[in-house]
Amino acid sequence: MSSTAVAATPPTVAAPGVAPRVLRSAITEPVWVQRVLIGSALAFMTLFLFVPLATVFFEAFKKGVDVYLAAITEPDALSAVKLTLVATAISVPMNLAFGVAAAWAITKFDFRGKNVLLTLIDLPFSVSPVIAGLIFVLVFGLQGWYGEWLRDHDLKIIFAVPGIVLATVFVTFPFIARELIPLMQAQGIEQEEAARVLGAGGWQIFWRVTLPNIKWALLYGVILCNARAMGEFGAVSVVSGHIRGQTNTMPLHIEIVYNEYQFAAAFAVASLLAALALVTLVLKYVIEQRVKHQKRAVGDRTE
Amino acid sequence: MSIEVRNLSRRFGATVACDNLNLDIPAGELVALLGPSGCGKTTLLRIIAGLEVPDTGSVLFHGEDATHTDVRDRNVGFVFQHYALFGHMSIFENVAFGLRVRPRDTRPGEAEIKSKVMQLLKLVQLDWLADRYPHQLSGGQRQRIALARALAVEPKVLLLDEPFGALDAQTRSLMQELLTQIWEDLHKTILFVTHDVEEAIFLSDRVFVMTARPGRIKAEIEIPLERPRSYELKATETFLALKKRALTLIREEALKATQAGQ
Repeated sequence: MSSTAVAATPPTVAAPGVAPRVLRSAITEPVWVQRVLIGSALAFMTLFLFVPLATVFFEAFKKGVDVYLAAITEPDALSAVKLTLVATAISVPMNLAFGVAAAWAITKFDFRGKNVLLTLIDLPFSVSPVIAGLIFVLVFGLQGWYGEWLRDHDLKIIFAVPGIVLATVFVTFPFIARELIPLMQAQGIEQEEAARVLGAGGWQIFWRVTLPNIKWALLYGVILCNARAMGEFGAVSVVSGHIRGQTNTMPLHIEIVYNEYQFAAAFAVASLLAALALVTLVLKYVIEQRVKHQKRAVGDRTE
Repeated sequence: MSIEVRNLSRRFGATVACDNLNLDIPAGELVALLGPSGCGKTTLLRIIAGLEVPDTGSVLFHGEDATHTDVRDRNVGFVFQHYALFGHMSIFENVAFGLRVRPRDTRPGEAEIKSKVMQLLKLVQLDWLADRYPHQLSGGQRQRIALARALAVEPKVLLLDEPFGALDAQTRSLMQELLTQIWEDLHKTILFVTHDVEEAIFLSDRVFVMTARPGRIKAEIEIPLERPRSYELKATETFLALKKRALTLIREEALKATQAGQ
């Protein structure tokens, strides 16, 4: 009786005569702390994320739609867009194939050198993009290891499109594999084994069992990889040579135009990349929900 | 189809999962592999299925050496401890999987697949769940689907890894009945792994008691109990004597394992 009565009234800490105060839950902050934290986070995000993003579009359209359209349709800009698309169209599928193969090998099989492979996959994350670019210059440049051989066979890699593709592939190398490995590790190999006992061959297992189980994580990786491939500056800048209309990608083109004080034009092209980023964010959000769903399904099964 | 295991050994690093194992399972028997956890029961079962390769020794099916036969060609059904159902496929497609992945010339037609799958789903009494997905099912239902899926390819041998381990007591006894019934209907050789003494004796014709580290067969107990077996059987003297014998064997092992661990 008495114990229920105590539980029903909020415990009080105040002396008699003072209004009793309800004790807060142990992990809830006072309201003013909540407001200060949320407020400062919002202020920070506005200052460093929303304002710059808005500025890009504001500056891009500052001199009118005509200038904007002219800036993104001039031949150099178009060629930069085209080169960016080409580099992305080559590097994303390459990394898709590599990422799936590496994740498959690492999570479904045991072999020597597995950890070496895992570390290698992370290398592009830990190496500065500029260094990555320089590595390719050292290897494929005129003074590089293969320089003479390449010159003799009239092949150009550095300061040409192949170099840009190489640098992009290198920088975006880990995105897909890194996205797949944790999911595939959580999923284990039981379903593949079950398929094998039921008589499925390697490709059948891959297409019918493994791929459907990873498809959302894979798409997520592709989107991140794609965004990075289009936006990469450092490594590409080193190997590009900045030849207008030939070896400039969008980020490089933006830098050149900006340095020539054509701000409206620079921001116009930048707004294309920013728009891409926004689309990526939306897709990323949608797919993230699906990936979570897929991870929950894993939890269901192992429960 | 009979199963023989000859001088089979398998180690994982310093752990000896199977140490010179020998066992004979006559065709058509329902046999339990009983032992404490971590004694290598599952490894042995996986080697018989072809999911794992022994270091030395051999596995014979119907007198023929199958040690190096690929798992796809062994014609075994395997039911995994955690079901391993395909999460993105409906229950129907899960059961149909083994038929759909067959080479074109032996693959049955769509109508035949459909009737076969529905027949199997009826056998496990879940035909009304054909359009659901695995995550919508309870543990016992998933286990039954896993059983139906394994039976779809008409295996000559059915191997089950702790098939009832994750189920509650009520579902468990229903599943035991179902397994016995399937065995009586289809008369396949069935080998299942368990650490439950009562379950092993109640279901099987023969129980192999396995020891831990190194994994060896400690004893083979024939179960002379009449079939059909009802639940009253568990209170009879014969049953209790068998149970005591198995428990003593297991207990010695468990004690040894604890001491070794210290």
